Amino acid sequence: MEAILLQILNGLDKGGAYALIALGLSLVFGTLGVVNFAHGALFMLGAFVAVSVQELLTISMRVKDPSITFFDAYKEVPYLEVWWGDIGRAIIDYSVPISIVAAIPVMLLIGLAMERGLIRYFYKRDHADQILVTFGLAIVLQEIVKSFYGANPIPVAAPEAVATSVDVGAVFGMPGIVYPWWRLIYLLFSVVVIGLVFAFLQFTTFGMVVRAGMHDREMVSLLGINIERRFTIVFGIAAVVAGLAGTMYTPILSPDYHMGMDFLVLSFVVVVVGGMGSLPGAVAAGFLLGILQSFFSMNEIKSILPGIDQIIIYLVAVIILLVRPRGLMGKD
Amino acid sequence: MSAQPDNIVLEIAGVNKAFGGLQALSDINLRIEQGKTHAIIGPNGAGKSTLLNTCIGLLKPDSGTIRFLGTDLTQGDLKPHDINQLGISRVFQTPAIFPDLSLVQNVMLPAFAHKEGTFRFNPFEPLRDEKDVEDEAMALLEDLGMAEQAHHHAGNLSRGDKRRLELAMCLIQHPKLLLLDEPTAGMARHDTNRTIDLLKKIKARGMTKVIIEHDMHVVFSLADRISVLAQGKIIAEGHPDEIKGHPKVREAYLGSAEI
Amino acid sequence: MQTRIIIASTSLRDYLVLAIFSAVVLSAPLWAQAIGAGYPDLLQKFAIFGLFAIGYNLLFGLTGYLSFGHAAFLGVGSYATVWSFKLLSMNVIPAVLLSVAISAIFAVVIGFLSLRRTGIYFSILTLAFAQMSYNMAYSVLTPITNGETGLRVLRDDPRLIDTLLGIQVQGSPLADLFGLTLKGYAGFYFCAVMLILGFWVALRIFRSPYGMKLVAIKSNQTRMEYTGFNPRPYLLSVFVISGIYAGLAGSLMAIVDPLAGAERMQWTASGEVVLMTILGGVGTLLGPVIGAATIKYFENIFSAVNEQTLHQVFDFLPDWLNELMVTLTSPFVGDGWHLTLGVLFMVIIIFLPGGIIEGFRRIQALFQRKPGKAEEEA
Repeated sequence: MEAILLQILNGLDKGGAYALIALGLSLVFGTLGVVNFAHGALFMLGAFVAVSVQELLTISMRVKDPSITFFDAYKEVPYLEVWWGDIGRAIIDYSVPISIVAAIPVMLLIGLAMERGLIRYFYKRDHADQILVTFGLAIVLQEIVKSFYGANPIPVAAPEAVATSVDVGAVFGMPGIVYPWWRLIYLLFSVVVIGLVFAFLQFTTFGMVVRAGMHDREMVSLLGINIERRFTIVFGIAAVVAGLAGTMYTPILSPDYHMGMDFLVLSFVVVVVGGMGSLPGAVAAGFLLGILQSFFSMNEIKSILPGIDQIIIYLVAVIILLVRPRGLMGKD
Repeated sequence: MSAQPDNIVLEIAGVNKAFGGLQALSDINLRIEQGKTHAIIGPNGAGKSTLLNTCIGLLKPDSGTIRFLGTDLTQGDLKPHDINQLGISRVFQTPAIFPDLSLVQNVMLPAFAHKEGTFRFNPFEPLRDEKDVEDEAMALLEDLGMAEQAHHHAGNLSRGDKRRLELAMCLIQHPKLLLLDEPTAGMARHDTNRTIDLLKKIKARGMTKVIIEHDMHVVFSLADRISVLAQGKIIAEGHPDEIKGHPKVREAYLGSAEI
Repeated sequence: MQTRIIIASTSLRDYLVLAIFSAVVLSAPLWAQAIGAGYPDLLQKFAIFGLFAIGYNLLFGLTGYLSFGHAAFLGVGSYATVWSFKLLSMNVIPAVLLSVAISAIFAVVIGFLSLRRTGIYFSILTLAFAQMSYNMAYSVLTPITNGETGLRVLRDDPRLIDTLLGIQVQGSPLADLFGLTLKGYAGFYFCAVMLILGFWVALRIFRSPYGMKLVAIKSNQTRMEYTGFNPRPYLLSVFVISGIYAGLAGSLMAIVDPLAGAERMQWTASGEVVLMTILGGVGTLLGPVIGAATIKYFENIFSAVNEQTLHQVFDFLPDWLNELMVTLTSPFVGDGWHLTLGVLFMVIIIFLPGGIIEGFRRIQALFQRKPGKAEEEA
């Protein structure tokens, strides 16, 4: 029982990442009608915002190492630590949360630039062209990152205070379910971001227009509302959501340049399972597939169905697509 | 099942169809005679398209029977290609052609479906060996005055020309029943007249047609019989002259400033 | 992306096209020297990827169905060939036949399921199947694929047919065709013959009523159905044909280098063949071959360039400009070749969706404005 609960928890944080990426993908497809294969690259760029912030904060100077006395030894010490001592050390420790602040404007800018510079020219072209051009863009983005940061994964640490694990089970009177703090935080974070996006679409005039546009684009344009400009902003929001998902994910998975592609394929599957253009569908399918994946990674199940953990998501997608082509929550 | 007289191509009896709470068709009875042009008219939303799709088995009626030359169209799950193979060709409201192919190829293709059925795997037979099909297609294009453009891309044609091409695509299949869904919709007067002439020519060949049309000019110059559909019911049926004078029709349709 | 099929061609013209194509391919070792591509390894790649792209184009170019899973067939073809080398014989004939058979079976299954959907759903389904194959090749199918290490031919493999015939392997086992070792240029010529064969089949398909019906599916599938055709068997048959091309290409890869790895099945490999097809010209006969050769050629050149070579290239410039140019261009060469590829991909899709062939047509139109041409464009 504990083992199953732990697997569900394990799946939830991954599911959170899937849900966040899929949410943006589905939003962009539902409003702009664009199939964006570069969406995974946005997730990756978000992760590298965290890497960059960490590198910025730890720019170091060489100082003499006093612990070695018999010859002149030097070590690298971050400027922040030299200038502000413990406070500086604390700032470095909290580089991931600080990255969030940086990631929002950076990702918004990237999103807006992408939409204005490329995507908008593809509104009227067919899906195949959209897939292909954004696929090209994804390659370009990941290769640029590779040329700056190299091909190897770069570890990013969570703040020390939450780098440990917590016995989640104790809360429910079932001690023994030990779970890393940061994954819990990630889960919470993804729920909050998803909530914010939904609240934004539900309770603001802007959101109302966007939802109307998703429903019937022509109708909204007929009302004299400039839907295009709103769609640009929607794209920006999707970019920020994907970016934040990446930024926060760095302590769980050390980012490398091709992480976007890996997550993209899975997120597309998530979107399709949830139903193209359905936002609740994307979120539900994200968590569902995350849980399924980690559930099927249990040794007990792998021993019965070897290799099932590797293909379960795709298998579910294939079955859903064949049986229920509109996905779990898609409409006709 | 009542026996079908030889001269009846399509017989629709007691057909009902509802979508959700909306009764789209109620108690429809129609008999389409061999070689006749039967027009179905009615205001927007009267259920004409639903009727057309039900006629050919695409939509299953909730009750009633549809017999096409002895085949019960309400049985089984008929796909568009099955319907075509039974001998029903269709011209769409928006011209549906193959824009990537040349005109003559557009016309040849349906001939293959007529000759060979739904599928034939012949990747090694050159198209140029299909001389007889090509000749027939060219002859048809000649008839329509499009022979000169035969090797041009069909995608560049005007709407009126696309419609004529589409007609040629249907004619080469020698259909037992030709369905025309607003064949002159969105056409300029000049194109409309040409299309009427063309349809008259086809009529002379004795082809059975069902035509759905808005334009009264077209209807009265072509139809042998007219059924008037309003709110899912046939409110009148008869010879064009009878329909013109029918008070119910005037009220339901002609009164709506559409002539 | 408009497809043009020239059906009004005579059989004489077709044979001429084939003759010229064969001559160019077979004489490649001669002319490739002039452009610095005179290595058998590279020429083999031209032929193999050319074949892969021709097959891919039969599906994507004619019917418009964008598959993101063709790399799976490539991988399957490679594995089948290596297994044939291990179990049957180092002779390539059984290997090729086995690859064709197995990739055809895979294509029937994957095609049957994927083709129940259209558009982006079809793309995602093929992608899902390819990723499943890839993941399984790495994990549970390790006994068949040898996982990450890759499957290779060993000297003490059983090789039943060879043992029966008393053929002994000397040194490391190499693929052969009845005693002729398919290494270097011999390997290239074998691939070249396969390419020409594949080109000929494609040419016939392009010129057949069958091919015309495939274009009709791309052009207007609904009309196709109302015209009395069932698109499903057409799509499935061409999907299988193009899967066989991919399987054959995979087999050739394993023939010239008896090794099969799962990375061949990754979806980025499927992306590569899409790129080749588009770069050359979707739906054209020659485009895919040109696209494949172009990419492999520049990959070879760009990957080999390093900063030192760049310094030499910009040698004629003043020092500071030399530095600048090297800094600007170095991300695009060497390991950065993929960046160039990505940029190229975008540029083609944005500005020249018809690919290189379309480019040729435009240039041709610039130079010779025939009266007929203007009419066609009107």
